[in-house]
Amino acid sequence: MADVLIEAKGLRKVHAPRGGGAPTEAVAGIDFTVTAGEAFGFLGPNGAGKSTTMRMVAAVSPISGGRLSILGMDPATHGPQIRARLGSVPQDDTLDTELTVRENLLVYGRYFGLPRAVIRERAAQLLEFARLEDKADEQVEALSGGMRRRLTIARSLVNQPDILLLDEPTTGLDPQARHLLWERLFRLKQQGVTLLLTTHYMDEAEQLCDRIVVMDHGRIVAEGSPRQLITTHCTREVLELRFPADLQAQAAEKVAGIGDRLEALPDRLLVYADDGEDALAAVHRTGAEPLTALVRRAGLEDVFLTLTGRTLVD
Amino acid sequence: MLGTLWKSPAVAGPAALVERNLVIYRHTWYLLLAEIFEPVLYLLSMGVGIGALVGHVPGLGDPSVGYVDFVAPGLLATAAMNGAMNETTFNIYGKLKMLHTYDSILATPLRIRDVALGEVAWALLRGTAVTVVFGAAVAAFGLVHSLWALLILPGALLIAFAFAAAGLAVVTYIRSWQDFQLVQLVMLPMFLFATTFYPLGVYARPVQIAVECLPLYQSIELIREPSLGVVDAGVGWAAGYLLLFGCASMALALRRLERTLVP
Repeated sequence: MADVLIEAKGLRKVHAPRGGGAPTEAVAGIDFTVTAGEAFGFLGPNGAGKSTTMRMVAAVSPISGGRLSILGMDPATHGPQIRARLGSVPQDDTLDTELTVRENLLVYGRYFGLPRAVIRERAAQLLEFARLEDKADEQVEALSGGMRRRLTIARSLVNQPDILLLDEPTTGLDPQARHLLWERLFRLKQQGVTLLLTTHYMDEAEQLCDRIVVMDHGRIVAEGSPRQLITTHCTREVLELRFPADLQAQAAEKVAGIGDRLEALPDRLLVYADDGEDALAAVHRTGAEPLTALVRRAGLEDVFLTLTGRTLVD
Repeated sequence: MLGTLWKSPAVAGPAALVERNLVIYRHTWYLLLAEIFEPVLYLLSMGVGIGALVGHVPGLGDPSVGYVDFVAPGLLATAAMNGAMNETTFNIYGKLKMLHTYDSILATPLRIRDVALGEVAWALLRGTAVTVVFGAAVAAFGLVHSLWALLILPGALLIAFAFAAAGLAVVTYIRSWQDFQLVQLVMLPMFLFATTFYPLGVYARPVQIAVECLPLYQSIELIREPSLGVVDAGVGWAAGYLLLFGCASMALALRRLERTLVP
């Protein structure tokens, strides 16, 4: 049995709005455990409670109910001790824009009480890791979005954390920047850093996570490895059909009953079937004439759609 | 002993924040010049210019006090106040609302009180630095007459602390840049009427009492008395007032920051 680093039982967060009004329950009682060396992901749409959960695990936001233990400590009483061993990458970059790239690392390390010589040495390694050696003495303002993200990650590693928390690490980045970031995160994972991340990108979750919980409206609706989730909640393949907008409803009636299940999205029909080609042949036999037809393997997006009836990114 | 104190979290936390600000000021130190320039301009125009018309200030114990000798300590106290308060209002507002600097700092072992103490300590340093340079300028004008003037430095530290803490409390109430106009609406009249440019004696007694309640009036007393070489109980009162004002502001600021910064 691997070491349990994070354990949540019935974890809740209630936000009381300033100046009265009904309190909202952002996290409505969730259970999960994260073990050492694991890459654990929270998947869900915006507003599902992922970031709120992350802030509680980061020992920044106090919990409203339930139990939460991080590295065997209670965040309510041992916040600073817990935070000393965490790395935190928030959703929005909060780099010091008035400082240079290297100074950002040097200054941040001092918040952990590290000696200057130690930080200088680590900063050099981290700049290399983030591929920012050439930018070391430039102002943060001169960096691209992807570079800023990498610097934020480098900064979060200055205390050599046991757990790295990443809140939507690649949101807003172009594909190239995302792939570079994934590769760096994968490297950290191989070095034994426990990763905890939130995302609303299914490809990101599939790339990086050993285990995923799917969140919706503050609750966990499914849990497992990406593969497990797909086999449990979905068919092996998905047939995507596009029809002219005005004919889609009519076509949906025709193809209903083919495959395990039919999902109608605003722009296309999804037919869930273990054999997509078979399903497509059946569609053609009904006389429906799709503009395009595509057979693909089922992914986490389909799991989410099956569980909630909504897509992840609206 | 001092080494272990320096490494204890209660000191190391705020010190790390002071260090951050110092690193930033390595890039933007020239901004401080503007703050020193302002009181120097006032000293020249009011003290030297108007002083030439006024000559000596009536109503003071020592009739030989020249107008410029009278105005300089008032401007010095104001410089300490502005140096500290600009830091904890304008700069901290930017860090709170625009840059979200504290979000990333509070993800480290630092706590809100470390941040608050660190920022006030920094503002105090900055306010003192402005005062020392301005004080040197005043001395260069030949306006220092008494050894009591040595009390100006601890006085300036106390003023900077009081207004840094007050600024930190005020900034938690500010909702937008427009609200800074309201702060100016308090600060400017206080600067003009808190005996900076003329003695308290010009007011009727009820107005005098109101003016005596102003923190800038007490700050000016704290600096003016020793620099004119008349040190009496008034200095003690002023010091007590500012210490209390600063501590109360600090307590309020801490409570407000806990509410603002804890998600």
